[in-house]
Order: sequence, then structure tokens, then C-alpha cells
Amino acid sequence: MERRFTSLALWSAVAVGGAGAVGGIALHRGESINTLWFIAAALCVYALAYRFYGAWVAARVLVIDSTRATPAERFDNGRDFVPTNRWIVFGHHFAAIAGPGPLIGPTLAAQFGYLPGTLWILVGAVLGGCIQDMTILFFSTRRDGRSLGQMARDELGPIGGAAALVSTLMIMVILIAVLGLVVVNAMKHSPWATSTVAATIPIAMIVGLYMRNLRTGRVLEGSLLGVGLLLAAVAGGGWIDHHETLRALFDHEGLTLAWFVIAYGFIAAVLPVWLLLAPRDYLSTFMKLGTITLLAVAIVVMHPEVKMPALTPFIDGSGPIFGGTLFPFVFITIACGAVSGFHSLIASGTTPKLLANERDIPMIGYGGMVLESFVAIMAMIAATVLDPGVFFAINSPAGVVGKEAAEAVATISSWGFPVTVEQMEALARQMGEKTLFARTGGAPSLAAGMASIFGSAFGQGLLALWYHFAIMFEAVFILTTLDAGTRVGRFMLQDFLGNFSPKLGQTSWYPSVLLTSGAVVAAWGYFLYIGVIDPNGGVNILWPLFGISNQMLAAIALCVATGILVKSGKLKYAWVTGVPLAWLAMVTTSAAWEKIFSPDLRVGFFAAADSLAEKLAAGALPPEKAAVAPQLIFNQRLDAWLTMFFMVMLWTIILDMLRVCARHLQGKKVPPLSESPHEPSRLVEDWVRD
Amino acid sequence: MQKRLNALWNAIRRLSGDDAYERYLAHHAATHPGEPVLSRKEYFRREQERKWGGIRRCC
Repeated sequence: MERRFTSLALWSAVAVGGAGAVGGIALHRGESINTLWFIAAALCVYALAYRFYGAWVAARVLVIDSTRATPAERFDNGRDFVPTNRWIVFGHHFAAIAGPGPLIGPTLAAQFGYLPGTLWILVGAVLGGCIQDMTILFFSTRRDGRSLGQMARDELGPIGGAAALVSTLMIMVILIAVLGLVVVNAMKHSPWATSTVAATIPIAMIVGLYMRNLRTGRVLEGSLLGVGLLLAAVAGGGWIDHHETLRALFDHEGLTLAWFVIAYGFIAAVLPVWLLLAPRDYLSTFMKLGTITLLAVAIVVMHPEVKMPALTPFIDGSGPIFGGTLFPFVFITIACGAVSGFHSLIASGTTPKLLANERDIPMIGYGGMVLESFVAIMAMIAATVLDPGVFFAINSPAGVVGKEAAEAVATISSWGFPVTVEQMEALARQMGEKTLFARTGGAPSLAAGMASIFGSAFGQGLLALWYHFAIMFEAVFILTTLDAGTRVGRFMLQDFLGNFSPKLGQTSWYPSVLLTSGAVVAAWGYFLYIGVIDPNGGVNILWPLFGISNQMLAAIALCVATGILVKSGKLKYAWVTGVPLAWLAMVTTSAAWEKIFSPDLRVGFFAAADSLAEKLAAGALPPEKAAVAPQLIFNQRLDAWLTMFFMVMLWTIILDMLRVCARHLQGKKVPPLSESPHEPSRLVEDWVRD
Repeated sequence: MQKRLNALWNAIRRLSGDDAYERYLAHHAATHPGEPVLSRKEYFRREQERKWGGIRRCC
């Protein structure tokens, strides 16, 4: 009785505290607001949602059964199916789902002010993202760890399966292009950043050789060696930056760097995994977990003031970073961190094969996403602790605010975010960069924000080192995603081509490897190339496309989950996945509609293409713009068609799911539930658990 | 304290895959006794190829 009372009191306090903190950040209208409000709001919301909503969904909707043997127990083969301690599974799952996405999205969305992004990260995660991850993990666990594509095919039919497959491939292409663009923009005319990022390649190879030949399988030793070398590379980059002849070697235009990234992507995809991909992944996982922890500690210790206003005038759609109004674009811009369709591929991939018991599902599925959402909150904090004027100066493309520094600061100051050329020059000097104007993509401003937080926590004198450390940290795992994504795209393409020519489907046949890798690299390379030559900064085009495609995959995953719930006779609980699905369908459809049909040149693809075509025909473009105009026009039209294709896919699968549900409710024949039969767990009795 | 540190160290090794070969040996001894065992090198090579065959990382 007394325990019950304590628990009630405790949770009431969390609820009141959470409501107070969320209300605080929502209603606050002052010069600045302390980051502790954000941390408090996030922790309270997560705790309440996990303890009550997550637990309720697990117990009542999914009906988790701890006596049922999981695939890991039934197929235990010591390789991919292994019953594993839940904390270890949590670690693996989190390391797999956390990528650069939750860091970049919130940074870009900060153009609307801190409030819309923060609220969406919190609400979207606890009601959407966490539910998606947990339900897919659960359904895959009940289906021998099958993938999302297989589940879509089994439960909804061949249309759903094909849609899931094609959209995964498309997302991969757009995702890699936009991440490539982020790295290119971070390295542009920065010998320090370029040399550091370049050094990560031989470092990964050294680690790969070490772990394969010198000390086989000693992963920790190899990774520690690699992390040491990476830190040395950050410091060494500073030395190169000050060296007259060496710095010229690493000082490049965006386009040159884009070709390097494309060439790198191809080589990395055809090299054996042990040489580059696997060691790079070890390094990036260590860097990722280490840096995120460091950032959390620094934010809590320093609790800096957030200087960005709650809302900026750009909610009307005139924002410099990307065009489009608050609704629906904030929900598209922040995909990872709130709802990320990609997670459903992990939750139906490696993770369900490791679960020792179904009761670990809430912690891993729901809890993993909660932690990722917290990373997004930290990225939002790092972006908004900068002076808003500085934030916009870094993130606004030259095509919007002007090429000259004086012009850019005048435009940005006229928006009500004062900034001076001297201030930007001083900041660039501190960070060891030549200029910080128009460094779009989010990485440089995130790095500047992180550097200022780290600098105030661990020593102001090292700002330049911190800045380039942050750039290296982002680049390392962006490049990991780039290699891994290209390889996955290649496997999917080979799998598909194998239907026509069995030889092409062989993943070990080298000509096929070269051909399919080349095709995947060419696909994302094209979007990267266009993004780099676009004077308005390709982020404005590519990031919304990525957001739309990622949310579309989330909608597909939620369709599968909703279909399964209805077919298992849980119609009254179908809203658990149905409501986030409806929201995502609405958001992606209205965003896609605007991207296609809006007359606003910075939003509508067709409008932009037509306007550019008119100017070109009238000879109103300066020669350097006229030279690239035909490619930009073609690309805008292509993007419009691509967006339409995404929408057709999305609505096909939603209607297919509704058709299956309606037929089931009418008692007609539908694909049967593919759940594996119940087998009692034998691990349960002899396991001592809390 | 010593016990906790050991548990932490084991968790780190497990998470990073540092102890993969030892786990393989244990699994092998338990399920396929008497059959030939892969050497550390062979095991590591086979595992790395296999691990990267699907989607392992997200955005």
C-alpha cells in the first residue's frame, strides 16, 4: 500500500514537472531560455510515455507473452539468432538506429524557432516513432524475425511487399545524396575539415588490417587504436591548415569534393568489407556513443541559454534554409528523431533475432527510440544556443542572402536577427575556418554549436579543435551510412536483377558487383552533383525529398502494423498505429502536394523549373547560371515526378491495407496471419530477472 | 565493485563483438562437440562478410 502511494506521488510529480516544463518552453517569450527547461521537459515526457503509454500498448494491444519462446531461443545458431541480455540488445539496436539524421533534421528545422521542432520531436516520438519501432519489433519477433518487406507481402499481399522494397531503395538513394551533400558543404574550402575527413579513410584501413591480420578479431584494441588516430587526425588537420603548401592540397571547390565523394562511394562499395566498411563502422559507433554522451554531459553541466526565439517569422514559408510553411514542413524536416521509417528495417532485421524474451520489447523498441529522440533534442539545443543571426548566416545559401558578406549580414539583420561581418569573421577565426557564411547542410552550424558548448564546458581555447572534432564525428558516420547504404542498395538491385539473369543476382560475381554498385552510386551521385551546383543550395530540394520518403516508409510500416492488428481481431486498438499513420499520410501528402504544385518558386518543383526556363529563354540569366540552368530545370521536373511516384506508392499501400482490413471485417478471404505458433520458452524458469 | 566492473567490461566486450570468437567456441562446444572448429582467423573472416550482408545501419 505504501509503495503504491510512493509510486503515485512520484509519477504525479513527474507529470506536474513535465507539464510545467513543456508549458514553460511553449509559453516563454523572452530574450533567451535555459536549456534545462528542454532537458526537463524531454525527460518527463519520455518517462511518462514509456511507463504508461508504452507499457499499456505492450500489455494490452500487443499482449506480450513472456512465456513464449522468441526466434532467438528457437533458432539459436550462435550467429544471427542468439538470445542476448536486454541491455546488450538495447546497445546494438540503438547503435544501429542512431545515425546522422536526428542531428541534421532539428538543426534545419530550427529556422522556425525552437518550439515547433521541439514539440514535434517529443510528441512525434512518443506517439509515433516509438510505437512504430515497438510494434514492428514485436510483429517481426512473432514472425521468426522476418523483414518488413516480407511481412508486408505475407500480411497485405504482393503489392505491399513490392512497395516496401522499392521505397527502401529510393530512400537509400536520396538519403545518401543528401548526406553526401552535408559532408561536401562541411569540407568546402576548409583544408582542416577536408584533410581530417580524408584521414579517416586510411585510418579505417589500418584498423581493418590490424583486426584482420595483426590481432585477429581484437575489436576493442583495434577500435581504441583507431579512435586515437582519429583524434590525432583532428589535431593534424590544424597543422595542415597552417602549412602553406599542404593546405592547398586540401582546399577545394564543392564540385571537386562531390566527385571525390562519388569516387569514394564507388570504391568503398566494391572493396571487401573488412578493409573499410567494418572498421569504419566500429570507429563511427565508438565516436557516436562517446560524443553523444559527452554532449549530454556538457549540456547538463553548462546548461547554456537558448538564444533562438520560440517562433521565427519564417513559419510563413519564407525561410532561407528551406522554403515551405510550418505545416507540413517541420514534420517532414524532422523525420529521424520523431518518426523514422528506416528504423522499421532495423526493428525487423537484426534486433528481433537477438531478443531473449518478449518482455524486453518495450525497453528496446520503445526505449531505443526515446533515446534517439533525446539525441534530436540535443541537436536542437546545439543549433539554438548560437545567436540566431549567426545561425542564419551559416545556414543560408548564397543564392538567398547574397554572395558578399556585407550583403548577407544586411539581409539577415533586416529579418530581425542582427549579425555583423566582424562577428562572423571572429567566429570563423575561432573555429579555424576561412569563412562560415553559407555553410549549408546543418553540419557546420551544429559543429559550431557543439564547439561552443564543449568549449564552455572543457576549455574555450580549443574551440577550433572542438569544431573540427564535431565535423569529423559527423563525417565519420555519414561516410559509414554512405558505404553501408550503397552496399545495401547494391544487394537489393542484385536481388531484383537476379529475377531476370541469375548470374547478375550472384552477390559474389565481380562484374555484377561492379555494374550494380556503379548503378547505385550513379543514382545518388546524380542528386549529389545537382545539389552541389544548385545556387540555392541543394539542401532546400534534397532534404524535403528525403523527409517525404522516410515518412513514407514509416507510413508503410504503420500500414503493416495496422493491418496485422485488425486481422488479429484488435480493431478497437487499431488507432494505436492508425492515428500516427493518418497523421503521416496527411503530412507527407500535403508536403508532396506543395512540393509539386506550389506556385512559390522555393517550394514548388514545377514552378521553379518553369520560372528558370522562362528566364533562360529570355536570356535574363548571367552566363554562369545559364550554363547549369538546363540541368537544374530537368532536375526540378524529375524531383516533381519522383515526389508523385512516392505519393502513388504511399496511397497504393494505404488503400491496399484498408482493402485487406475491410475484407477481413466482412469475413472475406484475406492473407492469413503469418504468426509462428506458440512454443513455450524454456529459458524463462532458469533466468533470474528483476 | 570488482564484480560490477567485470560485468561492465564483459558488456563492453559483448557489445563491440570483441568476445565473438570465445562465444563461438562456447556455442560450438555445447552444440556440435567433436566437430572441427574454425580458427580465430577463419571465424573472423566468415563473420565479417556475413554481418554486412543486410541493412545494419540507419540514417
